[in-house]
Amino acid sequence: MTAGEHSALELSLAGCHNCEQVNRIPAGVRGAVMRCPRCGTAIRPRKPDSIARTWALLIAAYVFYVPAMVFPITKITTLGQVQSDTIMSGVIYFLKSGEWPVGLVIFVASVFVPVLKLFILTYLVISLQRRSQWRPRDRTRLYRVTELVGRWSMVDIYVVTLLVTLVKVGAVANIDAGPAALYFAAVVVITIFAANSFDPRLIWDSLEKQQ
Amino acid sequence: MSAPLIACHECDLLQHRLPIPEGSVAKCRRCGAPLYRNIPDGVNRTVALAIGGLVLFVFANTFPLLSMQIGEQESSAELYTAVKAMWEQGEKALSMLVTLTCIAAPLTVLTLMLYVFLPLKFGRLAKGTVAVFRLLTTMQNWSMMEVFMLGILVTVVKLVKMATVIPGLGLLSFFVLIFLLAAASASLDTETVWERVDARQ
Repeated sequence: MTAGEHSALELSLAGCHNCEQVNRIPAGVRGAVMRCPRCGTAIRPRKPDSIARTWALLIAAYVFYVPAMVFPITKITTLGQVQSDTIMSGVIYFLKSGEWPVGLVIFVASVFVPVLKLFILTYLVISLQRRSQWRPRDRTRLYRVTELVGRWSMVDIYVVTLLVTLVKVGAVANIDAGPAALYFAAVVVITIFAANSFDPRLIWDSLEKQQ
Repeated sequence: MSAPLIACHECDLLQHRLPIPEGSVAKCRRCGAPLYRNIPDGVNRTVALAIGGLVLFVFANTFPLLSMQIGEQESSAELYTAVKAMWEQGEKALSMLVTLTCIAAPLTVLTLMLYVFLPLKFGRLAKGTVAVFRLLTTMQNWSMMEVFMLGILVTVVKLVKMATVIPGLGLLSFFVLIFLLAAASASLDTETVWERVDARQ
């Protein structure tokens, strides 16, 4: 056995992603579905159509990100006057009013993290398509980062939920969720699925084919 | 007999699963991804933390997280009233997303942890452990209580200028619950689960 030098797939083996047992892939099943003998989970040596699916989800996320930024995320009604806030105008308000730590938190969670995640995944998919050999370990690490940080973008959705619940003081003050809230939530959920559909093992596959 | 094999989740490198000291993590020698852990007393820890977590979950969901006063008017937010308020406003998708990430997923994770690991503590294997375990790991990804906590903090700062904001008992429970949930997830001893599954066959 030459463990430590080859990928499982090169040796016609595949690890189960549920119970981790390494199983032999029967000849001719490459790419198709087989069941793990131990736990019955469907084993696919690589995620199916990883590049195409990730692209589709990324494009959808980019498209939804525009209305998420342009439309108001909250509508505040105070004594009959309506004030609409977008994500960015909220950030700017906090920066100007001296509450810059909060402004920074919202900026990082709602603007920086989603954009960073989209850009990193886009770069990774393109690097796969170009069969890049460049720093596979760092690219795998980049992927790990996108998996970890994505969830923190949900902060703004939770803030809107709490504001809507708390600020219902009849005619005095009332906060409603704006259309951007739904678009933004869609971006967060779609990028989570995009990260899930990306297969970092492909980064290493193009290296092995070169040898 | 040689050591069992493991394929790295992130780069697929095939490696031997060698014994490692307690409390340490084995990392992939090619890409550095964590491969497996040796968790001391993992089963007991998970059971204890999940029971504690479920108790706190009840508190976190029944008591107010925050209350707000403007003049004579007072309002409060519990998790379920927050979800309800969004639903009634017509934001049904958002309401369901908050329900999934802050109520359903954490509750499922805690319950399934008990379902799998409590029998395991007594050397038994619960029915359907294999399928339950798969659901458990999926739900872990959708439990976002720690993010909700940050949301609460931001909300407090936003409201503190226009109103008196009072933290509730639910908030305290919520805060402790986040740490219990993280600790329970960190002590999740998958190894023991699959050893039992193998022993049964």
